[in-house]
Amino acid sequence: MIRLTVNGQQHEVDAEPDTPLLYVLRDDLGLNGAKFGCGLGQCGSCTVIVDGQPVLSCLMPVSVLSGRQVRTIEGLGGNAVQHAFAEEQAAQCGYCIAGMVMRATALLEQNPHPSEHDIREHLSLNLCRCGTHMRILAAVRRAAGQGGKS
Amino acid sequence: MNAVLSRRGLMALGGGLVVGFALRAEEPARPGSLKETPSLDAWIRVAPDGRVTVFTGKVELGQGIKTALLQVAAEQLDVPVAQIDLVTADTMRTPNEGFTAGSHSMQDSGTAIMNATAQVRGLLVAAAAAEFGVAVETLTTADSTVRAADGRSVGYGTLAAKLNLHVDAEPASTLKDPATYRLMGTPMPRVDIPAKLTGGPAYVQDMRLPGMLHARAIRQPSVGAKLLDFDAGPIEAMPGVVKVVREGSYLAVVAGKEWQAIKAMRALEAAAKWEETASLPDQATVLDLLRGLPARDIPVLTWKGEAGAPVKRLKARYTRPYMMHGAIGPSCAVAQLADGTMTVWTHTQGVYPLRSALAGLLRLPVEQVHCIHVEGSGCYGHNAADDVAGDAVLIARAVPGRPVRVQWMREQEHTNEPYGAAMIAEVEGAVDAAGNIVDWDYGVWSNTHNRRPYVGGLMLQNAALPEPLPVPPPAPIPMPEGGGERNSNPIYAFPNAKVVSHFIPEMPVRVSALRSLGAYLNVFAIESFMDELAEGAGADPVEFRLRHLKDERAKAVVSLAAEKFGWVAGKRGEGRGFAFARYKNLGAYCAIALALRVEHETGHIRLGRVVAAVDSGQVVNPDGIRNQIEGAIVQAASWTLYETVRFDRKRVLSRDWSGYPILRFAAAPESIAVHIVPRPGQPFLGTGEAGQGPMAAAIANAVRDAAGVRLRDVPLSAPKVKAAIGV
Ligand code: FES
Ligand code: FES
Repeated sequence: MIRLTVNGQQHEVDAEPDTPLLYVLRDDLGLNGAKFGCGLGQCGSCTVIVDGQPVLSCLMPVSVLSGRQVRTIEGLGGNAVQHAFAEEQAAQCGYCIAGMVMRATALLEQNPHPSEHDIREHLSLNLCRCGTHMRILAAVRRAAGQGGKS
Repeated sequence: MNAVLSRRGLMALGGGLVVGFALRAEEPARPGSLKETPSLDAWIRVAPDGRVTVFTGKVELGQGIKTALLQVAAEQLDVPVAQIDLVTADTMRTPNEGFTAGSHSMQDSGTAIMNATAQVRGLLVAAAAAEFGVAVETLTTADSTVRAADGRSVGYGTLAAKLNLHVDAEPASTLKDPATYRLMGTPMPRVDIPAKLTGGPAYVQDMRLPGMLHARAIRQPSVGAKLLDFDAGPIEAMPGVVKVVREGSYLAVVAGKEWQAIKAMRALEAAAKWEETASLPDQATVLDLLRGLPARDIPVLTWKGEAGAPVKRLKARYTRPYMMHGAIGPSCAVAQLADGTMTVWTHTQGVYPLRSALAGLLRLPVEQVHCIHVEGSGCYGHNAADDVAGDAVLIARAVPGRPVRVQWMREQEHTNEPYGAAMIAEVEGAVDAAGNIVDWDYGVWSNTHNRRPYVGGLMLQNAALPEPLPVPPPAPIPMPEGGGERNSNPIYAFPNAKVVSHFIPEMPVRVSALRSLGAYLNVFAIESFMDELAEGAGADPVEFRLRHLKDERAKAVVSLAAEKFGWVAGKRGEGRGFAFARYKNLGAYCAIALALRVEHETGHIRLGRVVAAVDSGQVVNPDGIRNQIEGAIVQAASWTLYETVRFDRKRVLSRDWSGYPILRFAAAPESIAVHIVPRPGQPFLGTGEAGQGPMAAAIANAVRDAAGVRLRDVPLSAPKVKAAIGV
């Protein structure tokens, strides 16, 4: 049994210790937000927040998470970033979007007034194949109170 | 209603078969997919409580089709959007609308639903008129209710309970006056976005059926690889493993949990031994190889006319490599064999053709396969969505009763999806002393762009199974849609032109439909060459295009993009590029103007401002159109700047995002603005793929302007740019 805290709730899961957090979130806890994209740390679609830091859940074994706070998009409760993504209609297929929202949330928590350069650099780990980039950038600017569409 | 008597009307008059047949040729065709599925209740049903269900055979791919179809239905029916349930492709419930592809959804399904809902509204109003004993014209509709001038009203549900909608649609409908539209033409938030922003179940990847198992396939490492004997015993003993499935060279594993399935898959990959052959071509010379393969010549057009004497003649060759769809979410499917029926939840683009293909693979009658569309990650054409459904059914058959979820791994998606075909276009053209194009000779060489499965032989698994089914030969897609020749017919008015498509049957690499098919290279070639000829004629690229356009809507789009960009004729050397096309010369018009910088030390291209103008006919969701065009621009930028599938003689080497880099945020354009030309009441024009070709050419044209070099081989990668500049 492995203990972990997700979105403020304690869980005990019966998973092998090398199981990446991604699979525990999806299969044991039934959370859909974190997505499998590559399993290699290359795309960011599995991004969640652990102790305030954006983390690639496909690479992090669940065994290292005891005593740490995991947050997923399900636990954001409609934050400014989620609202801004809805306002900007910043999704096409949307598969990358939960990861984008999590990474942007982590950025704005650490740096509430990011420059355009900061935003682009920070998001660059996350891939989007639909080409929703401009809307995602606009959404992050909007969430940072910098207005939306350029 | 239209005065033309319908076929149904004639039959009812007792015309019988002969009369009906004789008059049928005169009868106008029903609009959109009503042609194939005419019955109104195939598209729309109204429950006694007034709730409306609308059925479409098209699927949501992230293009926003659900939202647009709801807008159309709500508009024509006068029902609130929230009162409508939309059912998308399902082989037991919806019309068969083939594939959701080629930017056809609005033209086919949007048109069908617009007309069907308008006709149902007409029937509801007629029923109310009869009930109230008043004339139809005195009635109004709003909020699912018909109202009479004297204040009486009746709900749609009550009316529908007495109405038979199992009747064929009329060929013509009384549509609302576009000037009165409240929903169509107005931005509407996408109905699928909230779940995607909150972690709601939104994708087939998110399905969790009771008792569901997780499976992984172990792919053949190269085309035709043969699985040799090995001991799977230790793997079957691994924790959670339910079964190792082996049929010929087909290998898969099922486990209780997903991570267990992945570990077992890795163990099987390590244990399995394969006999491989060098079946792939030499990447360095593959374009020459393709150019030399036997080809079937298909004439696309020949124009002959009076023209001035040529004073300048140019010749060029444009090429593109194999490119990948590269979905962010690897393909996934869930299947369950229960009570003799194989049910498959799939993000295929065509549930009906896939049903036939899966039935073939399983040797089952089609009635015993049921395909239900559930959204997946964006696919951009025929990717692995169908093939993973092949895995799901083969594995589900081995564990009857249990639902099985299969998702491909990243390297499986990268190395096994069917790629977009490598292509070559060769063009020769001449201008006269007045700067008019007087001659145009164009040839394009390509494999097929459609290997979508409709029989079992086209599934990836077929070759691995012990008794493979016959594989149908590749076929070209005829014009006006075209495959490799899509958009090879120039939209410009040239007095003399010849266009030939050289269809190459032999496929050295597995290929199929990638967003915009041949249009990407043909538009890249035509629009690059237009700039080359403009330069030869000493003309401004925008003015040169307008000079050769006759189509007023085309001119309007070109002019709008130039104006909004602030294009100044004759101003050169600032990294500005322009390009234009009408998708397939049938769909949306799209012009793009952009600015970029070339970093001379590295050869990197930095995209600046991008301005697009688009004419999609009647607009349903303007924000949806903008989103699609923006997406096409960014995706085409990625294709054009970075992408090439790499392989050696045995295996694909582009196994993940490091081996197949795509555009990241740091390299996204500074800005994109999309301007829409409103065309109220005009037919819908497919938009989803309209930006792909123009973006590629606009980049190449701007590179020429910025750095003085003309690049004709996609991708315009940094090393190639650097080599061309020669610094
Ligand atoms: S799935 Fe974790 S980085 Fe791609
Ligand atoms: S919206 Fe489809 S991958 Fe980003």
